[in-house]
Amino acid sequence: MATAVMTTLDPKSRAASRGLSDISIRNLFIIPTIVFLIVFNIFPLLYSLGYSFTDFRASTNAPANFVGLANYRALLNDPFIWSNFAITAKYVIVSVAGQVLVGFGVAMLLNRAIPFKGLITTLLLLPMMLSMAVVGLFWKLLYNPSWGVINYVLGLGNFEWLSNPDMALYAIAITDIWMWSPFVMLLSLAGLSAVPKHLYEAAAIDRAGPFYTFFRITLPLVAPILMIAIIFRTMEAFKTFDLAYILSSQPTTEVISIRLYKMAFQEWQTGMSCALAYIVLIMVLAITNIYVKYLNKVKER
Amino acid sequence: MTQIELRGVQKYFGAVQVIKNLNLKIEDNEFIVLLGQSGCGKTTTLRAIAGLETIDDGDILIDGAPVQHLKCSDRDIAMVFQSFSLYPHMTVYENIAFPLRATRISRGEVDKEVREIAKVLRITDLLGRKPSALSGGDMQRVAIGRALVRRPKAMLMDEPIGALDAKLREEMRAEIKRLHLKQGSTTIYVTHDQIEAMSLADRIVIMHEGILQQVGTPSEVYAHPANLFVAQFVGSPVMNVAPATVSESAGAAQVTVEGAGQGFAFPRELLSRLNGKASAGGLSLGIRPEGVIVAHQAGDGFLPVEAHIIEPLGSYDIVDLKVGSQMLRARTRSGYVANAGDRVYAKLDPAQAHFFDTESGNSLGVRL
Repeated sequence: MATAVMTTLDPKSRAASRGLSDISIRNLFIIPTIVFLIVFNIFPLLYSLGYSFTDFRASTNAPANFVGLANYRALLNDPFIWSNFAITAKYVIVSVAGQVLVGFGVAMLLNRAIPFKGLITTLLLLPMMLSMAVVGLFWKLLYNPSWGVINYVLGLGNFEWLSNPDMALYAIAITDIWMWSPFVMLLSLAGLSAVPKHLYEAAAIDRAGPFYTFFRITLPLVAPILMIAIIFRTMEAFKTFDLAYILSSQPTTEVISIRLYKMAFQEWQTGMSCALAYIVLIMVLAITNIYVKYLNKVKER
Repeated sequence: MTQIELRGVQKYFGAVQVIKNLNLKIEDNEFIVLLGQSGCGKTTTLRAIAGLETIDDGDILIDGAPVQHLKCSDRDIAMVFQSFSLYPHMTVYENIAFPLRATRISRGEVDKEVREIAKVLRITDLLGRKPSALSGGDMQRVAIGRALVRRPKAMLMDEPIGALDAKLREEMRAEIKRLHLKQGSTTIYVTHDQIEAMSLADRIVIMHEGILQQVGTPSEVYAHPANLFVAQFVGSPVMNVAPATVSESAGAAQVTVEGAGQGFAFPRELLSRLNGKASAGGLSLGIRPEGVIVAHQAGDGFLPVEAHIIEPLGSYDIVDLKVGSQMLRARTRSGYVANAGDRVYAKLDPAQAHFFDTESGNSLGVRL
């Protein structure tokens, strides 16, 4: 079956003269990747599942004792963990909503014949290509209350972005929006330019106003691809670590992955943190699944 | 009551002028067909009337009021596109309801109108489907329904059945005609298919390279083409056109096709009608295949010719006859000329002959 779709090796090629067959070349390329995947992804995943049922601590030599579901029970009953989840949820909603609004808005602006469109699009994509750590460090400087550029430009005086516990999470979300709106923009732009022009002409003939056209034609037709952008961004925002870790150390910005990091590598509760990691994984899968269900519904139309 | 008038309309795409000084008056309830080859400016003209295209000069008037500066939504004109342009994410019902909902008409009203138009178009059972589940003909019915549902001042159709297969095209042609007779609205229809134009139009407007060539009823355009372009564009099989000379002999006019030894006999009055142009040369004879009469026996006025190619078309045959250096196509009863290469006799029906100035292509307006 698999061989039927594979192109066959040219018998006169150099590879063939060295005694390589189609199958051996395929294996040569695929096996290293699979080995890598198993060693660094699948194995830790399964191994940590095992640890999540024990009281193992990586910092001691004490043997791991099987404790059953005790870790899960403790975590799900811990109000601090739930507050971490609440912070994460707030962050995901603000950040993803902001990215969709900004990204889609910019895509709408770009989806027309303007001079230097390609150049503008490329420049707008730059934030997305920077490293998370670099972005975090830069924005920390930008947010600086006494000499940061943001306060200077907005004329906010000594407004504290990151040391104000109520503002810090939003400040991180704003940074994330700045960095990842281009991603939503790029996908939206692809979706928008795929809407046939003649549908807009038909709508104009049918006397639809700009808002009616947007909500009844543009948005439903871009929805599937926009949904994919939202799925990606939600998953990423849920797992956010770097930006939050670099920008702020407020308790109000302790998103779930920071809690996880502290639990695993500062408190060395290895078994407990494995359990938390699994809870997070299941939550991300569940949320993604809701989106995918909705995406399929949208696609059916 | 909708009249549409174009006055001196000019349109450029960059340096290319696609509509050249177009003047046209369309009466209320008229079915006008814009006919021409692709790229002749007919679709641009239609889109300009709809408001999807701006014009560079001239006026477009609807009911006497200039509309060239209005957006299409303010012109109250409906349009059916060649690509149907149905909204793919909406059901047939929602598609037809779209123009009504867009202008905030009450829900009950919308439902009533949609069901009524669906009944007229016989698509009531399709209302719940998505466009992707429809056949080409049904898609076009929906597109027409969407255009008709709001009772527009005028209907514009841009090759609405060009994307359908031959059989469906014929069906939809009859349906469009039926609808027009029933609903009655000023309609402008664009096509490159002269049969469609002949069968649907009250008047045909023939365009070529952005210039209006002739406006007239189908029979006028067929029987009195204004120039060589119209003569050869309208009618199938195509009209024979051959360079010819007209001379006088034995008290009658002789029309000699280029390269032929003998001429066809024409009434003497042809000479006076041509008004001296006969001797000047540069004449083209045009005659439709049904104007070439073929006989097995020599008779008065018949010339011996050789049959070259025979195209049996079922109800009749088209026979290519070699006359001089030219080929004249004749329409005969099917099987009348048995074999290619047969010697037959031909004569021209003077009443169906047209004379054109070869250089300008214009008809000399000679009718016998």
